[in-house]
Amino acid sequence: MSAAETLLYVEGLTVSFDGFRALDSLNVILDRTERIRILIGPNGAGKTTLFDVLTGSVTPIAGRVLFQDTINMLGQSEHAIANLGVIRKFQTPSVFPGHTVFENMVLAGGQKRFGATLRTRGRSVDRDRIHGVLAQVGLLDLTGAPAGTLSHGQKQWLEIAMLLVEDPMLLLLDEPVAGMTRPERDRTAALLESIVDRTTCSIVLIEHDMQFVRQIARRGHKVTVMHEGSVLSEGPLDRVQSDPRVLEAYLGRSRVPADT
Amino acid sequence: MSPDGRGSAWTTDRLAVGVFAIVFVVALPIANIAGLVSDYYLNLFGKYLALAILALGMDLLWGYAGILSLGQAIFFGIGAYAIRMFMMLEGGGKGVYGEPVPDFMIWNQVYQLPWFWKPFRYLPVAVAGAVLLPALLAVLIGLLTFRRKLRGTYFAILTQAIAFAVWLTINRNEMKLGGTNGLTDFKSVLGFSLSGPATQRALYVVTAAVLMIAFALSRRLVRSKTGLVLQAIRDNERRLEFLGYNTASFKIFVFGVAGGLAGLAGLLYAPQVGIITPSQVGVLPSLEIVIWVAFGGRGTLWGALLGAISINWLRSVLTGTYPKLWPIILGGLFVTVVLLFPDGLMGAAARLRRIAAEWRQRASGVVAAVEERPV
Repeated sequence: MSAAETLLYVEGLTVSFDGFRALDSLNVILDRTERIRILIGPNGAGKTTLFDVLTGSVTPIAGRVLFQDTINMLGQSEHAIANLGVIRKFQTPSVFPGHTVFENMVLAGGQKRFGATLRTRGRSVDRDRIHGVLAQVGLLDLTGAPAGTLSHGQKQWLEIAMLLVEDPMLLLLDEPVAGMTRPERDRTAALLESIVDRTTCSIVLIEHDMQFVRQIARRGHKVTVMHEGSVLSEGPLDRVQSDPRVLEAYLGRSRVPADT
Repeated sequence: MSPDGRGSAWTTDRLAVGVFAIVFVVALPIANIAGLVSDYYLNLFGKYLALAILALGMDLLWGYAGILSLGQAIFFGIGAYAIRMFMMLEGGGKGVYGEPVPDFMIWNQVYQLPWFWKPFRYLPVAVAGAVLLPALLAVLIGLLTFRRKLRGTYFAILTQAIAFAVWLTINRNEMKLGGTNGLTDFKSVLGFSLSGPATQRALYVVTAAVLMIAFALSRRLVRSKTGLVLQAIRDNERRLEFLGYNTASFKIFVFGVAGGLAGLAGLLYAPQVGIITPSQVGVLPSLEIVIWVAFGGRGTLWGALLGAISINWLRSVLTGTYPKLWPIILGGLFVTVVLLFPDGLMGAAARLRRIAAEWRQRASGVVAAVEERPV
């Protein structure tokens, strides 16, 4: 496991929806040591489609996707990929509204096989671990609250906590701060930094909010700009921001992309 | 699962189970012996409690896991037919014609016992078959559907089609299951006369006890992590798959359990009534089970019990006085529940409790305000 050089290796990935190429020979390589990769790009660039392929819900017509150098991720079922440690957070919060915060965490972590869940009862749940993760995202006071009663930001953090409790190797976050207030966005940025500091998991992040991207990229994380299904530019944020091809794609003329 | 802060509600729940068990398993039969409750009523409640087991399975399946099956009566029918076949063969040789086969077969020129009837000469086979055959059939249907991600409305329609097909099949005399007349004319079970009050009382007590055991096991199931998963399947199955759950195995399991409980219900119901016909196996009875659970309140277990008992009791009362109105009343009841009380009796009770609590709060607030006023 530690010998792997690449965490994620995507080569020549092509996805076609009725002839429309959502992904077109896409190449993305995530080194073992890389902790956060930010994906940006205009709508329709194929960012979410890439996540769909990685999690097994869309089948590409060509290309390779390898996890940890050798594990082929194509053709695997959604739950098998989740059990590899590749876990996705969707754009809209999708916590279980009728379950309490604590029950959501119980569902997210621990044994997932049918026989094991039958034996898992109140006492055999790893409470300390769940409470630890809930403390990290700041929801420790709300363990007994139905998840449906949380605010939008709290639901997003609960969802991130549900991902963390699984000890993921690779987190796929699709616009985690969409719809959040500015203070909530700042708190989410701090949360992502604490994930980098306190766990070994890597994050691939899709984001449109440039201020948030800047907050994250400040610590030297790479940015990949996608456009029409392939990579347009890759590197530190200031470099991709001044890349003429990026300016062309975003604005159709040579000017720095405006903040949103 | 005992998440933080739900302890007191569970103690109340446990108390309710105890009260229910004492009333139905102990008090009612004793009252019957003492002559306070007529044999007729005890037998009636025996049937209701058997049907409550059927509703319990439906609640696990639909109320908890959100899987709507419109064919649960098939499984009930298998259980009922299995024990009726045993009872018919028990009377073998005692029929009008003195042949070793049930009388109705003679009418169809069948003088040899068909092979699939033979195992049902033995009570253990009949009892095990009544529960295991429906459970296995449900697992088989589950394997063929849930693993192919057939879900929601499509699954409901499929089960309805299966119910219709089964109904058509057993209606045929060639099936050697009595055709449209069903299996009828029973006099005894295990050598005890069926018309005897002691036999009926024993059947009642067994039914009530089995219901309580099934209820306790169901409660245990819904409070395990499996129960949390089943409810999450109802709320957002896709999300659960991304969490790494193979939801198909959970659905196959709960469908199998519901099938087994339905068979168990049929097993206990059949000896308490005079006749089992295909009309108790098809589409309409399957739909009625859905109404019981919806009326009582989905996803509560208690709701299934209350719904099955109250609607069937209502049916007994109303079909006596207004037989033609009953289907309209049943339909009207369903529409009312769906529109006004989507959470059924249990939901309405919870709402009343909340209103009462608010009133009490307001009243005590008024009292406090009055007391605070300087004299």
